[in-house]
Amino acid sequence: MPSLGADMEAGTLVEWLKRPGDRVKRGDVVAVVETQKGAIEVDIFEDGVIERWLVEPGTTVPVGTPLALIGGSPVTPKTAEPLLAAAPEPAAPAVAPPPIVPKPVGRPRRASPAARRLAAERGIALDTLIGSGPGSAVVYADVERATTAVSPRPPVPKRLDFAEMRRAIAAAMARSKREIPHYYLSTTVNLTRSLTWLETTNANRPPAGRLLLAALLLKAVGHALVDAPEFNGFFTGDGFQPGAGIHIGTAIAIRGGGLVAPAIHDADKLSLDELMAQLRDLVARARSGALRSSELSDPTITVTNLGGRGVETVFGVIYPPQVALVGFGMPVERPWAIGGEIAARRVLMATLAADHRASDGHRGALFLADIDRHLQSPEKL
Amino acid sequence: MKRDEITAALIEELGKIAPESDAGRLDPDADLREELDIDSMDFLNLVTALSDRLSIEIPEIDYPSLATLAHATDYLAQRCGG
Repeated sequence: MPSLGADMEAGTLVEWLKRPGDRVKRGDVVAVVETQKGAIEVDIFEDGVIERWLVEPGTTVPVGTPLALIGGSPVTPKTAEPLLAAAPEPAAPAVAPPPIVPKPVGRPRRASPAARRLAAERGIALDTLIGSGPGSAVVYADVERATTAVSPRPPVPKRLDFAEMRRAIAAAMARSKREIPHYYLSTTVNLTRSLTWLETTNANRPPAGRLLLAALLLKAVGHALVDAPEFNGFFTGDGFQPGAGIHIGTAIAIRGGGLVAPAIHDADKLSLDELMAQLRDLVARARSGALRSSELSDPTITVTNLGGRGVETVFGVIYPPQVALVGFGMPVERPWAIGGEIAARRVLMATLAADHRASDGHRGALFLADIDRHLQSPEKL
Repeated sequence: MKRDEITAALIEELGKIAPESDAGRLDPDADLREELDIDSMDFLNLVTALSDRLSIEIPEIDYPSLATLAHATDYLAQRCGG
């Protein structure tokens, strides 16, 4: 059972999406677990063949409990593209032990977590539905369509348990304020170049290809972290451990209350368009309750962007065991002095909350200044 | 496309973005972003959906015209040549 945050103690296995004998690659989604953050798809972190399940669906187990036994890979070494969905292959009898399956079931119906949730709530068997998603997967709309015929005005579906999410946030934030000696820095960034570049770029693009300011801000943080490793990683019993990559947890507000901060992996290496596509996808999945386990366990820093809600400055609370949080406020037009003259400029307040056990204010100031510098050259982001 | 069809399409797309709200009962002059708690990503998704559905272009510079239900309906109707 993966840990999907410092506060998570246990999770419930909802369903296996692969069977014993199936070959899996790093990044494949193998199971769905129910957590405080909703239904999460568990993606596997190594290649191999599933030998057998160790946990049955419906069982709640503590974090760290092995869920399945994965045998060594008889095939490809670690060259597989992690995000490429594995085509279902027939089990290799020579490798796989006799499958230990509780009951003779067919291949599990492919369905999105949101669809599963809705189907379970409304007592609909997934097998009876026609899937319109990728690979004929049943998606939320399919379940909804099947039920609207019966009840003309279905109740608003409950996809996330807000009380549970509130408890998870409370536990993590209380721990943060108890254990982490925060220090705070802020700087005003002249955003004129970034916003002008963004407006020019978006003017020639259809809506589906447009960028949001958030993508530029995330990229600037990613770039700046390359030279500021002490803000990217975890503080544990052994002291500070730098992150293996720059995986930016992106705070996403959930409609109805609460938030999650799933990772955009290797944000420093993505192009702006790639980063924007990932952000779009991540926001959609966060709000429908369909995040993957690695997205919740991997963030090495968090970025929160409250600009859309009208605040100018964010004083962040670090998400343990991370060591830093970068906050962005709303871009506002303000008087700005340039060479002794006053001009109106669009500016934005960037803040850093950092763990004093891992870094000092001097380094923090350099890090914030570097974010500013990158935002002055948006065409290079 | 008739004006009431455009309103219906708009309300339906708003309902997809803010499923817990009753988009059909919106005050036509209320600010949509505030009323439905729509953020910049939601708004971009709304613009994407509307431009696909109505086969029109909605440049970024026109976003302020979509601020309320009434203004958005006027704007979209004009874009659709109605």
